[in-house]
Amino acid sequence: MATVASKSYAEPKEELISGSEAIGIACALADVDVITAYPIRPYDTVMQYVSKLKADGNFDFDFIVAESEHSQFEIVKHASAVGARTFTGSSGVGWFYAFEAITVTAGLRMPVVAMVGNRALDDPGAFGVEHNDALAVRDLGWHLYWVATAQEALDMALIAWKVAEDPRVLLPFALSCDGSFLTHSQAIVQVPSQEQVDKFLPPYKRGTLQLHPDNPITVAPQVNEDWLMEIRKQTDEAMRRTSSVIKEAYEEFREIFGRGDPSPFIEEYMCDDAEIILVGMGTLAMPTRVAVRRMREAGKKVGFLRIKFFRPFPAEEIQAVLGKAKGVAVIDRDYSYGSPSFGGVLFHELRSTLYNLDDRPMMLNFIAGLGGREVMVRDIDQMVETTQKAVDTGKIEQETTWVAVREQ
Amino acid sequence: MATLQDLPQIKGVKNIPVEEFYGSGHRTCQGCESALVMRLMIKAAGQRTIVLGSTGCMYVANTTYYSTPWVVPWMHTQLGSAGSAATGTAAGLASMMRKGKMQDEPINVIAFCGDGGGVDMGLSALSAALQHDEYNLLIVCYDNESYANTDIQVSGSSPYGVNSTFSPPGKEIRLMNKRWKKNMAPMMAVGHPNMKYVATACASYGLDFNNKVRRALTTGGPTFIHCIDPCPKGWDYDPKYSHELGMLAIETGLWIQYEIIDGELTLNGPSRAIAKGIRKRKPVEEYLMRQGRFAHFLPEDIKMFQDKIEETWEKWWIPGLIPITPGQDD
Repeated sequence: MATVASKSYAEPKEELISGSEAIGIACALADVDVITAYPIRPYDTVMQYVSKLKADGNFDFDFIVAESEHSQFEIVKHASAVGARTFTGSSGVGWFYAFEAITVTAGLRMPVVAMVGNRALDDPGAFGVEHNDALAVRDLGWHLYWVATAQEALDMALIAWKVAEDPRVLLPFALSCDGSFLTHSQAIVQVPSQEQVDKFLPPYKRGTLQLHPDNPITVAPQVNEDWLMEIRKQTDEAMRRTSSVIKEAYEEFREIFGRGDPSPFIEEYMCDDAEIILVGMGTLAMPTRVAVRRMREAGKKVGFLRIKFFRPFPAEEIQAVLGKAKGVAVIDRDYSYGSPSFGGVLFHELRSTLYNLDDRPMMLNFIAGLGGREVMVRDIDQMVETTQKAVDTGKIEQETTWVAVREQ
Repeated sequence: MATLQDLPQIKGVKNIPVEEFYGSGHRTCQGCESALVMRLMIKAAGQRTIVLGSTGCMYVANTTYYSTPWVVPWMHTQLGSAGSAATGTAAGLASMMRKGKMQDEPINVIAFCGDGGGVDMGLSALSAALQHDEYNLLIVCYDNESYANTDIQVSGSSPYGVNSTFSPPGKEIRLMNKRWKKNMAPMMAVGHPNMKYVATACASYGLDFNNKVRRALTTGGPTFIHCIDPCPKGWDYDPKYSHELGMLAIETGLWIQYEIIDGELTLNGPSRAIAKGIRKRKPVEEYLMRQGRFAHFLPEDIKMFQDKIEETWEKWWIPGLIPITPGQDD
């Protein structure tokens, strides 16, 4: 059961809360109008939290416990169409059950914010984290952000509504949170005051796109080959525009709340003069930073690049960092069976990002931490060692390595 | 819950509002009764209404980019999502009105689905929507007894033995569809005991349907109307007979017209006259043999239909829901 932190937001304060609870608090601070829930671990702790807020009279919103994930996402999509601020979420195969609703949410340009509590897909059943659930929507027009800490979960949720609801964007936003490592682990979080949030986050206004008797529009009529390409292109343009909207919102956030990395898209850790750079997403930043720091202490020129936004994919920023390295070790907490290097999704995206550079680093892929298996510091040491060997010899023996997996 | 609109019952055809909110621009077939359902539905509901349409012919044939027939706000929803669309729309409006983010006024929310979307795929979402007493919404299921938009495929609401592109009569198997049509309206009524209004309807009885829509919208909470819609393309008959076939479905006793208001059943029109013994049921053969989709039927198939109808009228007011008990006359 979720514990409910104290509910007064008059002053900024510190709370010991999980990533799920942090997003629940963000929902209350953002005055979300409609939230839909359906149980699946691990994301559903956020719904336990907001339902208690409602039951205790601390947060006024319409809470609908849907009869499936598909309905969960359809309901918020339609609530968003009439102008309501919305939140929903899911995990693993639950997210897949909603897939049809997920794609039309982006197709209709509805700024729904969803939490994905990353979880391994069935079968066989496993509760632990894998990124394949959220990654499956990468081509559909959703923002995809990988959260690393509970603080970031709260902060990015507030930024998510601001960006998604911006009339220049109007695209849904998924906050990917590693199951257990983030959804269930508690940390000290700076909770902002309501006044700060109100200053940052304007009300959601759909304007001439709002479905209402005063604005009798027809939404999503059949278009066929006559218009579909133009409409797809509009969504593409919105996705191109959102990068600058994200930057703008992030700058404003840093100004009002006084925290945040220099870039909303990536986090560099000791990358400046690094010859080998590890790349990954989400909570594996923690053990990776520890490993990098230790290697630095031993005199090795190693760095870590955390990709925060997977969509839009920050290609230019990544090129600027990885273009200087000799070797890049990509850690994928996912898989893409039959892909060019039989590797992970992130790896292939990064290799495609770097392809047109004059000076390309050597690239190796490490599949690690599937199903919630912990990625250890010694695993990361091994990845760097393998990459160093490729750099030294100028030869990649094996593009993709499954890390810490039993030999059969 | 926002208050409800004042939509009085319409007394006589001369008093039906002249305003149309479903105009030109749609591309439905000649003789399409489902298009008539749309027109009568929104005529009764009026301008302060939001309509959600799930995938089906009333989406694809009805609503083309740049030539929408809808004068009221209209939005597409997915095939199995009529229930969720209605719930989401009503919830969004209710939340914003309660919090003062939108002017508080009664806005009708109507979602429609075909038999494929409602009786098959969308059944669970529809059922969930009908549990939400706090929202005012109406779901209209326009039942043309097949997936009529995708080339006439059999659905869970298609008649037994029917010829469809997924149940063609063959040399080995004469009747491919062995499923008896689901009892949709009784299933909704019995499964959702707090729901205050369930009805069956047919566009052949337009005023009756107008008034059922108004009764649903003024009752409040979630409500449901199931319409039987003759479909010239799917049922294979001359389009000029649509109206007549709708009447025959009821006059033969195959389709029963009724309302269940707060758990109280009332039969309407010819169904009521049949129940009271004022009218005799016509033989079902008159209905079946007017349609190409039953052209492969043998006398034994017709007899099977007739027997089923006899059983219905002897044992049940509403099949599986309300048994006939001595002394009950309507």
